[in-house]
Amino acid sequence: MSEAQSALRGTWHKGLVTVAEAGLQGMITLRGQTGEAGFADAVKQATGLDLPDTRTIVAADKRAIAWMSPDEWLLMCPYEDAHDMVAGLRAALAGRHHLVENVSDARAMFTLDGDDATLREVLAKLAPVDLHPERFGPGEMRRTRFAQVPGAFWLTAPGAARVVCFRSVAQYMYDLLCVASSEGSAVGYFKP
Amino acid sequence: MSTRLATGGRLVNRAQKMNFTFNGERLSGHAGDTLASALLANGKMMVGRSFKYHRPRGVVASGAEEPNALVNLGTGNRLEPNQRATTTELFEGLAATSQNHWPSLEFDIGAVNTYFSRFLPAGFYYKMFMYPRAFWKHVYEPFIRQSAGLGRAPEAHSRDEDTYEHFYAYIDVLVIGGGIAGLQAALAAGRAGAQVLLIEQTAHWGGRTPVDGGEVDGKPAAEFVEAALAELRGMKNVALRTRMMGAGVYDHGYVLAYERMSDHAPGTPGPRHRLWRLRCKQIVTATGAIERPLCFAGNDVPGVLLASALRDYAVNYGVSIGDRTVVVTNNDDAYRTAISMKEMGLEVPAIIDARAGGGGALAQQARDLGIRVETGKGIAKVKGTRRVEGVAICAQAGEGAVLDEIKCDAVAMSGGWSPVVHLWSHCGGKLDWDDAQSMFRPRASAPPTGATGEAFVIPAGSANGHLGLGDVLADADAAGRAAAQAVGATPPKTAAPQGAGPDEAPIEPVWLMPQGVDIKLRMKAWLDFQNDVKVSDVQLAAREGFESVEHAKRYTTLGMATDQGKLSNINGLAILSDALGQPIPQTGTTTFRPPYTPISMGAIAGEARGKVFQPIRRTPIQDWHEAQGAYFEPVGHWRRPYCYPQGGESHAQAVEREITQTRNSLGLLDASTLGKLVVKGPDAARFLDMLYTNMMSTLKPGRCRYGLMCSENGFLMDDGVVARIDDETFLCHTTTGGAERIHAHMEEWLQTEWWDWQVYVANVTEQYAQIGVVGPNARKVLEKLGGMDLSRETLPFMAWADGTLAGIGVRVFRISFSGELSYEIAVDASYGRALWDKLLAAGEEFGVMPYGTEALHVMRAEKGFIMIGDETDGTVIPQDLGLHWAISKKKDDFIGKRAQERSHMTDPDRWQLVGLETLDGGVLPDGAYAVAEGTNANGQRNMQGRVTSTYYSPTLKRGIAMGLVRHGPDRMGEVLEFPGTDGTTHKARIVEPVFFDKDGEKQNV
Repeated sequence: MSEAQSALRGTWHKGLVTVAEAGLQGMITLRGQTGEAGFADAVKQATGLDLPDTRTIVAADKRAIAWMSPDEWLLMCPYEDAHDMVAGLRAALAGRHHLVENVSDARAMFTLDGDDATLREVLAKLAPVDLHPERFGPGEMRRTRFAQVPGAFWLTAPGAARVVCFRSVAQYMYDLLCVASSEGSAVGYFKP
Repeated sequence: MSTRLATGGRLVNRAQKMNFTFNGERLSGHAGDTLASALLANGKMMVGRSFKYHRPRGVVASGAEEPNALVNLGTGNRLEPNQRATTTELFEGLAATSQNHWPSLEFDIGAVNTYFSRFLPAGFYYKMFMYPRAFWKHVYEPFIRQSAGLGRAPEAHSRDEDTYEHFYAYIDVLVIGGGIAGLQAALAAGRAGAQVLLIEQTAHWGGRTPVDGGEVDGKPAAEFVEAALAELRGMKNVALRTRMMGAGVYDHGYVLAYERMSDHAPGTPGPRHRLWRLRCKQIVTATGAIERPLCFAGNDVPGVLLASALRDYAVNYGVSIGDRTVVVTNNDDAYRTAISMKEMGLEVPAIIDARAGGGGALAQQARDLGIRVETGKGIAKVKGTRRVEGVAICAQAGEGAVLDEIKCDAVAMSGGWSPVVHLWSHCGGKLDWDDAQSMFRPRASAPPTGATGEAFVIPAGSANGHLGLGDVLADADAAGRAAAQAVGATPPKTAAPQGAGPDEAPIEPVWLMPQGVDIKLRMKAWLDFQNDVKVSDVQLAAREGFESVEHAKRYTTLGMATDQGKLSNINGLAILSDALGQPIPQTGTTTFRPPYTPISMGAIAGEARGKVFQPIRRTPIQDWHEAQGAYFEPVGHWRRPYCYPQGGESHAQAVEREITQTRNSLGLLDASTLGKLVVKGPDAARFLDMLYTNMMSTLKPGRCRYGLMCSENGFLMDDGVVARIDDETFLCHTTTGGAERIHAHMEEWLQTEWWDWQVYVANVTEQYAQIGVVGPNARKVLEKLGGMDLSRETLPFMAWADGTLAGIGVRVFRISFSGELSYEIAVDASYGRALWDKLLAAGEEFGVMPYGTEALHVMRAEKGFIMIGDETDGTVIPQDLGLHWAISKKKDDFIGKRAQERSHMTDPDRWQLVGLETLDGGVLPDGAYAVAEGTNANGQRNMQGRVTSTYYSPTLKRGIAMGLVRHGPDRMGEVLEFPGTDGTTHKARIVEPVFFDKDGEKQNV
């Protein structure tokens, strides 16, 4: 297992907020018909998680499931478990039209930690998302873009965010987040 | 001469001196000065020269509307041309130089143009430079390029030292303008609980009110400003920001705002500018009004200023333009300047009021102060060239006969006020002409509207045509309430503050002074100070038929300077209307376009510079490539190794070594960038039958098939190997550049045409690192890693299998793009580097040779394999490339099938793929054309083919090429001529496109 390397191998930087590559993370793309009887139960049986509402993410234990589109979800689990989780999901959904693919290695994940208002500002410099504390909180999920690349993010707690992007642009994303959190660039817009 | 007064200057801190230079001269000002006020305090009346006639130009305004005082600001990596001195806050060490003069500001050769101004009228360029034709390129254009432009561009080697960024915010109510109207609108919306952002372009709140005075609820207006600010700062739902300009209003409440964080303190850590990208539910434009100049002869002489600016310099900065100021006006407001000057102990020799009836309460106050007030009079001419020495007075109603001459140092002019309607108008807000106030103002019934037809911009205060303090506050309060209501908030029942000022007599429009002035003086009456457009130019344009205001603008260049006509447009279109004999509203205005004033390129680029200029995609093996010193080529946003030069090798030598060693023993290719799309579902096979020209539904699980994909118009758009994973699942490989495009293509057909087919597509390109293991020793090296049976029998050509190699889970595809025994090994990307390293170690005994894209290209060309983008260019169909074998004849339909049956597509004269062998063994130039006999209708040589790929083949030790040639496959052995661009002609023989191992024996072992 030690042979597996995440895109940036845990690089981190402390600026206005601390930006760190989160290392290997299991991720699975799931597509299927949420309206189909038994679909949600089958997913729950395989993952232990309920399907999240629109634009939200639910987490339990070391797993999480995020809404990606009306027929797509992103499942997260420990990297080592991803292949088994894929097999389990495929078995649970056998006979239904679905797609389950391991995308753990296709992505990079970052953690952002710091003061909540500042962290929101760092994100708002790059992503066209309303990050006002009254309108975006933990539990919500956004698929969006960060400057010139697609990305997604959510808050795990006040002052703590996760950012996901494609693995090939991990360095670009890391550099972006570092630039956006460079000293002296606080906006002072989101009042605590 | 202008100077600093002993007292006064509410914005400057006299205790804090700041040193700066202007044209190298050491000067000093105070903290709180603008560059303009500091220059004036140092007696620098003349600050630049005009664009066309190089006439002396002085500061004319005190804010964003300034057309004249443009400087080169900063030096080296911080040099910026065309910076307005009036909006540049002074800082310690500021260095500015004046523009558009040679050799010096005081003595300028170009000023000779002014003596030829009779010969440089409007449209001069258009008339003069038409003929003779040949002169344009060699005489006129070089001359114009030499003389055009104001400031200097930074040196090519300089690099902006500052950083910039963007910021996205979503707002209920954006209030643009921090004057008294903006403050009141923000209060009204903020008290209602709406989320408000109030922005002000200068560093100070209150706008003109602290200078112009008046009372609010019985107290001085300045106190109201402070109280409003205190209340707003206490509201959690209100954010206030200064040095932030509303730059543009766009559809759906999108606003660009330009924040200048460190222009006043260069070198401060953090970004210099921030471009705010705002989504606003409601926008209140409290952008104020701009005073208009009057058009009289010599109104461009340094020392002639807007009346309000003269007052601003005195009250805000304690700077006087001269000891004796003559005020000339058509309205009451300018009397405030006269009163201010007098109160500061300066002389006002006369107020020239063009109105026969004169002014109201302020006029009386001026008379009471002992100021001579002349009514029904105008200025015939300003005396002086480099600065004002006096004015000649005449009757406004006459032709300019001089009645009196008055000595003075400054002239304060006011032609009335124009509401700043720019932001209202950017997104379609309409205007009405207000005859009584002589101004264009927003038409309340025609605001910019959003997706559901709702208004999203509300003008407030003087930006809405309300000039009196009482009206401004009432209007702004209503605007703030309306904005709050529109976003669902409920304003409390509080009364608007009561503003009070002196009663003012109505303005009388004065577009020309005096009204019957002769042509000689009209040629000295400036409309556009920066672009040197005079009253006579606009009149000439009208006579020559430029009736549309947009045409007249472009013909005369009126309003086309960096200030975009903030001072000149209304006067100009009034003159045009008069010349055309039509009312002003019929002429209308030119279009107001964002940004309100120029914003920096840095702010527009935001963070995108240096290492985040553009995303560069990296494979899991990229670090290794870089460590080897690979030479990279861009493929989409990827950077793929082109070759890996060793020692002092040339690229060509490296490519030759890589190919030779791969053909002889073993090569490795990082193929991770190849697109990989999983297509899954009960209808997946049917779907792929439609997408590919071949039959994919008959492919067996465990097997691979090369497929072609065409557009609806039949043109070949992508190719790649399809592997069938199971009954319902296919893995489609695309070209490196095609992954996202083909994914989108699939989704489009699934979502718009075959929405009822059960198919899901996932782009798993980056899930896998993919490594090509190529060459006669490919199997041996994999067997060394161990873990799966890769024998010819178990894994034949065009098969795939899952397994492990050296303990790492892999999927092995036995496919070949080189003609060699070849495996492509897909592995979870996180293990890509580990597998690569193991292959390098295991391959050492075989002399393993990583190879780049050029070796890949050459090897495929040796085998006659096509490359999307080389053999295809969007106009090529598979039939042109001899790929009939890959086009199913059994299928009823596939995308492109019908198009390929059209007459032009089946034309036997279409150019077809062949191989080309030079007679001398050399390499054909890429893209060269084969010439035919005769010429076409345009007199050009006829063509019969072109080169699509051309390389030196180290395997065959000669140049090889592929090309498209008319009737090519039927002309084997014929020799074609390909003229080069260097005068030489290359001769090449038509041959089969497969140059090497025609029977495929090498890959089939």
